[in-house]
Amino acid sequence: MMVALACVVWVAGWWVNVRLANGPAGDARWVKMLVPAIFGLTVLMMWELLVRGFGISPILLPPPSAIGVRLAGEVPTLWADFRQTVLKGALTGYLAGMVAAFAVAVLADRSEFLTRGILPVGSFMAALPIVGTAPILVKWLGSGWESKAAVVAVMVFFPILVNTVAGLKDTSAMQRDLMRTYAAGYWATLFKLRLPAALPFMFNGLKIATTLALIGAIVAEFFGSPTVGMGFRISTSFGQLALDMLWAEIVVAALAGSGFYGLVVWLEKRVTFWHPSQR
Amino acid sequence: MKSVVPVLTVVLAVLGIWLLAVVPMNMHLVADQAQRSGVAVQPDTARERQEVSGLALALRNPGIIAQTYTAKRPRLPSPHQVAGEMYETIFEKRITSKRSLVYHGWVTLAPTLLGFVIGTGLGIMLAVGIVYSRVMDRSVMPWAIVSQTIPIVALAPMVIVVLGSMGVQGLLPKALIAAYLSFFPVVVGMVKGLRSPSAMQLDLMRTYNASSSQGFWALRLPASTPYLFTSLKIGISASLVGTIVAELPSPVKAGFGGRMLVGDQYGQPLVSWAALFAAALTAAALVGVFSAIERATLRRMGMAPV
Repeated sequence: MMVALACVVWVAGWWVNVRLANGPAGDARWVKMLVPAIFGLTVLMMWELLVRGFGISPILLPPPSAIGVRLAGEVPTLWADFRQTVLKGALTGYLAGMVAAFAVAVLADRSEFLTRGILPVGSFMAALPIVGTAPILVKWLGSGWESKAAVVAVMVFFPILVNTVAGLKDTSAMQRDLMRTYAAGYWATLFKLRLPAALPFMFNGLKIATTLALIGAIVAEFFGSPTVGMGFRISTSFGQLALDMLWAEIVVAALAGSGFYGLVVWLEKRVTFWHPSQR
Repeated sequence: MKSVVPVLTVVLAVLGIWLLAVVPMNMHLVADQAQRSGVAVQPDTARERQEVSGLALALRNPGIIAQTYTAKRPRLPSPHQVAGEMYETIFEKRITSKRSLVYHGWVTLAPTLLGFVIGTGLGIMLAVGIVYSRVMDRSVMPWAIVSQTIPIVALAPMVIVVLGSMGVQGLLPKALIAAYLSFFPVVVGMVKGLRSPSAMQLDLMRTYNASSSQGFWALRLPASTPYLFTSLKIGISASLVGTIVAELPSPVKAGFGGRMLVGDQYGQPLVSWAALFAAALTAAALVGVFSAIERATLRRMGMAPV
């Protein structure tokens, strides 16, 4: 019964989307927002109906309604975990890694030799499984949020560094000559021409780094944490087979990830409004 | 080739910093040990030593600095110790031995590759669907982009255990995570690639009276190759990271992730460090292989970057 209903929901959702996307208003802004929303809602309803229809044990896969109830009921705990992992661990580490990457990029940029050395090494490092340093850093720095911030800082450092170094090179000879005719020194050229010109590249790195930051902060908590934090909660709720709590944390992680990314995109729009990709 | 010297310089600089850091990192440990074996150490109780930094301790006891490089269970092993451990576990152990890194490498690599193939295949198929179907584009694409911002890797260990309790064991659970992680980069990259032909090129195909499938095979697919390779390189390293994270807290302590954890829990830092570097080398090799294929393919297609 439930399974049949799930099929009906799927067909209905898809049919509405076909009508909307191919209809006369297909390019309107509200349709572009509505269609993915309907798709997401359809998937959620199918999930709920199939879990109930097949009688899947909530230990394996809880229905979305149970997750929603748990999410609403545990707001204080989830908020504490969010503060510990995202605000203290991920954000601090992100800022530290970012500042370090900018500093090294500006220093490396002073010499052509260093730039040529750092670019390949940095992009090589950016592809490596740096999460693996989490157990080591947790051992060194203890189980507080500092070790998580350190893991995050190391993880976000290389993508930001590579993009910033690449960005600082992105000025044309004509622009640099213009600065020279203005008698601008190194610092004036850096702040008025090269850093602004590098911004689109820097934001590229910053956007990649947002997801990495959350991954690092959560994974590092698996290796030792105080009794608060998203990684801690995920592994303990798992031990207690409280999968609805685990999924509630996943929802929070997803919202935090998208929110963090969205924040950086918003900043990018405000700061690099002059760039062709933003107009 | 012009950048060989600068790259080497940077690598040597990193090694130099590492070598310097070994002394203060291991100094307390070595001082405690030296005292136990009867060497006079300044300040002479362990508690007083905790209050001085590693660097100060090294300056006051220059005689035992050399021992920091050969400590048995160092906080920070020196490069030659890591290299030695790697050599021993890669070349001197039989590859069937549970202490061989080659064995653990294969445990990690097999699900990575299987998952990568599955994820890439499905990703390309979904991308074709998205390019040719407006509804799929509108419904799925926003979610594909949002899914990139969600820290899913962090949940890999849980997925493994849930699948394990459902009876799915061995290669498959890890492969599923690897597949998931390589899936979305490939979808996003391929959609971009399949859409990269300009309106003028598409119009030219139309003037040739090319059918939709001819347009796909002769224009869209070749045009998407550079995008495909970029996504493949992102996908393969994401797959490897996913597999390693999935192995980290798993009860079966095998694979690179398992080795890192074993070393951490049983106080054998060299094991962790060797696994970490072996994983890094594997990632580098995989990306390197794809770069080589990319260069060869693009050159044969006449699309090689100058």
